[in-house]
Amino acid sequence: MGGSIAAIGMSLAVIGAGIGIGNIGAKAMEAIARQPEAVGDIRANMILMAALVEGAALIAIILSYLTA
Amino acid sequence: MRRILLIVACLWALDGATFGQSHENHQSEEAHAAEMHEAHGEHEVQTHHADEDLCAHADSHGESGDFDPAATAYHHISDANVYTIGPWAFPLPCILYSKEDGWSVFMSSKFGIGHHGNGYKAYKRYVLDEGVVKRIKDPNFPMGEVEIDGIVHEEVATPDGKKKVVAYVCYEGQAFETEHKSTADFGMFGGGITSFYDFSITKNVASMILVAILLGWMFVYIARKYEERDGQAPTGLQSFVEPIFVFIQDEVAKPFLGDKWERFLPFLQALFFFILGLNLFGQIPFLGGSNVTGNLAVTAALAIITFIVVNINGNAHYWKHIFAMPGVPKPLLFIMTPVEIIGMFIKPLTLMLRLFANITAGHMVIIIFISLIFIFGQSGENVGGALGAAVGSTLLTMFMMSIELLVAFIQAFVFTILTASYLGAATEEAHH
Repeated sequence: MGGSIAAIGMSLAVIGAGIGIGNIGAKAMEAIARQPEAVGDIRANMILMAALVEGAALIAIILSYLTA
Repeated sequence: MRRILLIVACLWALDGATFGQSHENHQSEEAHAAEMHEAHGEHEVQTHHADEDLCAHADSHGESGDFDPAATAYHHISDANVYTIGPWAFPLPCILYSKEDGWSVFMSSKFGIGHHGNGYKAYKRYVLDEGVVKRIKDPNFPMGEVEIDGIVHEEVATPDGKKKVVAYVCYEGQAFETEHKSTADFGMFGGGITSFYDFSITKNVASMILVAILLGWMFVYIARKYEERDGQAPTGLQSFVEPIFVFIQDEVAKPFLGDKWERFLPFLQALFFFILGLNLFGQIPFLGGSNVTGNLAVTAALAIITFIVVNINGNAHYWKHIFAMPGVPKPLLFIMTPVEIIGMFIKPLTLMLRLFANITAGHMVIIIFISLIFIFGQSGENVGGALGAAVGSTLLTMFMMSIELLVAFIQAFVFTILTASYLGAATEEAHH
């Protein structure tokens, strides 16, 4: 079990991204419920935001993989 | 439509360029490689006694031993010099260059592709190990075509204290160390510059060509249909592609690029359909299982193209916001400017990593689910366990496949929408 600390770092990054993407999804659902006619715009922006949050987590994952 | 074709061709050509890049870095890395070689030389002397043991059971070694799901997963997501469709292995052309022997071009059938992509012949000191071409380091190994006894893998410690699996070729009772092809990852992912370069039409390159041809045919066919059926409702393939095409045009290009959308639409469409095509092609079970968009070199090439297009089209306003953000106090610029410059490079970096990580993770999860059968079956000892796991893992794999289908679209869309937003930010006119 080598690189355990890197694995912990990886999991912390994933927790952060999980909370972030969860919030984005929750708010998007709420927004769609409030304004069902704007579903197209909301979905596109939701995916864009989720991708940006994911990007930060991916950099952390790759860095922890490199230092493992 | 011809423009799209042209761009697809350009994308492919630039992919080739990234492979070529490894060649350019060669000079600077040479000294480093020489150091590494010395370190290896010492190591070889130490383990020389083990060599004979290594090859003593080379013939029986083959498939026995414990099942390693991680190694299986890595093998299946990596590139190969043979194209495997179900149980059949198709040879692909190998274009190899080494400094000592120069160029060698031949089909990978020269290796005599055996079970699981292992070649039983060495050709010009190259061998085929699990579908991947490797080169025997020892110059005493006979050139030309020779039959080998087998290839064994052994974990050895690298000079920097890490462990790495090295393949040894067994020939006349002796073990010969092999090395992997050169990769331009600067040693980050265990690669680096070795004694040979692989410019082959590998599995990934073949899939890429195939997808590019398919997309080219598709777009030419549809464009012709539009000419023939002017003013009529779309039919067949036309009605499948049109909603996707219009979606990218209306939801991605127009909102982000404003009135300049028409100029960048061919680029965005080519990017979207190329990534989508490769994502979906990689999803087809048994058809080679190519993992093109899950290959860092491919996503890096795509991200570099985006980086170039964004920065070439960046207007004065964009550059001013990077180097001298207006309305920011002068002392703060010492912090802002470096951050903005780093941000310029982080954007393509995340584009590259996002696509790579998502597709690779998807492929890996599916392989791990399938590996469950072998883990529960304990390499054939527990048939009941294997059957039970087979049912479970089939269901899990089908679930994962459907999620991956979604991911294939989402990641192609995300890559395109982010490119559009970067382009939009770079070409936006001043409004304050």
